[in-house]
Amino acid sequence: MDLITVSVQLLNAVQYGTVLFLVASGLTLVFGILGVINLAHGAFYMLGAYLAYWIVLMTGSFVLAMLGGVLIAFIIGMLLETVFVRLLYGRDHLAQVLLSFGLILVIDEIRQLLFGKDVHAVAPPAWLSGSIQLTDNLSYPVYRLAICVFCLMVAAAIFFVITRTKIGMIVRAGAENREMARVLGIKFDRVNRYVFAVGIALAALGGIVIAPISTVFPGMGDGMLILSFVVVVLGGIGSVAGAAVGALLIGLTDTFGKVFFPSVSSILIYLLMAAVLVWRPSGILGRRDV
Amino acid sequence: MSSHGLLRPLSRRALLSGAAGATTLAAVSPFRSPAIAQNAPLKVGMMLPYTGTYAKLGQFIDDGFRLYVEQKGGKLGGRAISFVQVDDESKPEAATDNMNRLVGREKVDVVVGTVHSGVAMAMVKVARDTNTLLIIPNAGANDATGPACAPNIFRTSFSNWQTTFPMGKVMAERGIKNVVTITWRYTAGAEMIGAFAENFTKNGGKIVADLTVPFPEVEFQALITQIATLKPDAVFSFFAGGGAVKFVKDYAAAGLNKTIPLYGAGFLTDGTIEAQGEAANGIKTTLHYADNLDNAANVAFLKAFKAKTGKDGDIYAVQGYDGAALLDVGLTAVGGDFTARDKMIAAMGAAKIDSPRGPLSFNKAHNPIQNIYLREVRNGRNEMISVAQASVDDPARGCKIS
Repeated sequence: MDLITVSVQLLNAVQYGTVLFLVASGLTLVFGILGVINLAHGAFYMLGAYLAYWIVLMTGSFVLAMLGGVLIAFIIGMLLETVFVRLLYGRDHLAQVLLSFGLILVIDEIRQLLFGKDVHAVAPPAWLSGSIQLTDNLSYPVYRLAICVFCLMVAAAIFFVITRTKIGMIVRAGAENREMARVLGIKFDRVNRYVFAVGIALAALGGIVIAPISTVFPGMGDGMLILSFVVVVLGGIGSVAGAAVGALLIGLTDTFGKVFFPSVSSILIYLLMAAVLVWRPSGILGRRDV
Repeated sequence: MSSHGLLRPLSRRALLSGAAGATTLAAVSPFRSPAIAQNAPLKVGMMLPYTGTYAKLGQFIDDGFRLYVEQKGGKLGGRAISFVQVDDESKPEAATDNMNRLVGREKVDVVVGTVHSGVAMAMVKVARDTNTLLIIPNAGANDATGPACAPNIFRTSFSNWQTTFPMGKVMAERGIKNVVTITWRYTAGAEMIGAFAENFTKNGGKIVADLTVPFPEVEFQALITQIATLKPDAVFSFFAGGGAVKFVKDYAAAGLNKTIPLYGAGFLTDGTIEAQGEAANGIKTTLHYADNLDNAANVAFLKAFKAKTGKDGDIYAVQGYDGAALLDVGLTAVGGDFTARDKMIAAMGAAKIDSPRGPLSFNKAHNPIQNIYLREVRNGRNEMISVAQASVDDPARGCKIS
């Protein structure tokens, strides 16, 4: 295997990892800050992809699909937090698992009513279609490169907000010591609503950007949900930086596993997770006391 | 108390012998006329994937089957048909439960299903154990009409072996020497690739690499890069449903469709071609059907299917349609009397169906004998180039029916 192929496979790994990060960061935000295990996260990923399909069908614009899809998901997230999710704070995990599992069923039923059961394809925007010729017989789809760049930008924005802004400070305070923060006068009702909605919007955004290179199909969120949980556990529950490291590790393991150890590639990421958890039970960047 | 203990074995024995007597009486009773048995509609259990990656395939099979029944006025062989639907979700782990529910609780007479080979094999096991009549309208697992064959199990689709074996010779004759194969790591994938490789290597070809991903994963990018590195003369692949759409699009997006021709089992482009769009152009596949088969049965079928569903019929719809046709042959032979099972099964085994796919008959293992066509995707259609091999008969390795 020559240098170019290795680089292209690295690129594949990063592209896969960045999308994973997008989805997993939403999951870990909601868990880390609100303490809610959201099993419906994958369903919102699927919903994002279907919204992208629908908006592109209606308007022909992928940019509109991104904006519209994220906005719709954000609003749904706000509504869900206001009506249901707030009941879960401080409740045991069983209640959270049950409610979010119910959400999966409801979202899936709505998806079926609105979009049916067909497999759909979404075209990437014209200016991002086509591919770049790397060697005489190896080219790389422009859209995949664009995903890499876009997801890295989103990741940078998330880190900036969390580490450099007042909102981020409040969010971190909430995650660190909620009671103390409350005593200091932070109103968590609104913060919670925004955090949950942002988490949902990130899941949907993952579905939207993946739609043109994946297909849009019922059940597409299932695999993503499991992978996201692996990423979150691997990186450390509640840690956004951990999710980034975890997603990248999964991307690398999956890509090179498929190439070099095809027969065991499907279990490699779980072996990786097991190995990491033995070494650091709370995940790579997890807090020790978790 | 003690008398009760003494009486119990007696009464149980009496009950048993009584029951046995009653059963014998019922079986030979002259009062039990076929006319009474025919009053109730024949219950057909449709166990198909109505959700998941194979949802569209399941729906088309269902539509095809019902179209035939509607064309016969809701009756097959004079017997009214009623349906029970179960969504198998292409999940092998739930297959036995679903099948038991149909056979045990719903008490269906015939089961029609399914798409996924793993699910179908669990259905075959229950059908063998309970002697339920099973018509498989898609799953191609070789074993279903191989070691696990049984008189009460029919297939109106294909064996995996059957669809891809002819392609081995076709590709070798086109001067292709080195091939990379790629598929999902499950029964159907292994059998389709295996049959192709069997014939391809026999005709002097070489398999350079045998790439697989777990079912139903759709992230192929790493392997597509790998194919570009290996630079084979051609790629032979098997994917179906949503996975096939994604693979073909990824293959084209990587620019490989311009340098390394893509071949495959027909499922790669059947039922998926619309979603694949231009990316599918030029792909060559073998299957027991092509969109432009110009026989009267196919023309009439496509027209009727379009009128019923508003969609273009494909091989999955044909397989469902032929499933009903096969059941029709059996029920017609016994005048709708489902209790005359042996006679009915004999008639089904000897059926000669004028299928939209061309002539269709069955071998001793109840697997179809049919033409396999070489097709090429042109402008969103799987157009026939030639008959890759006529009247292909699966060897039914391991089947004990004689």
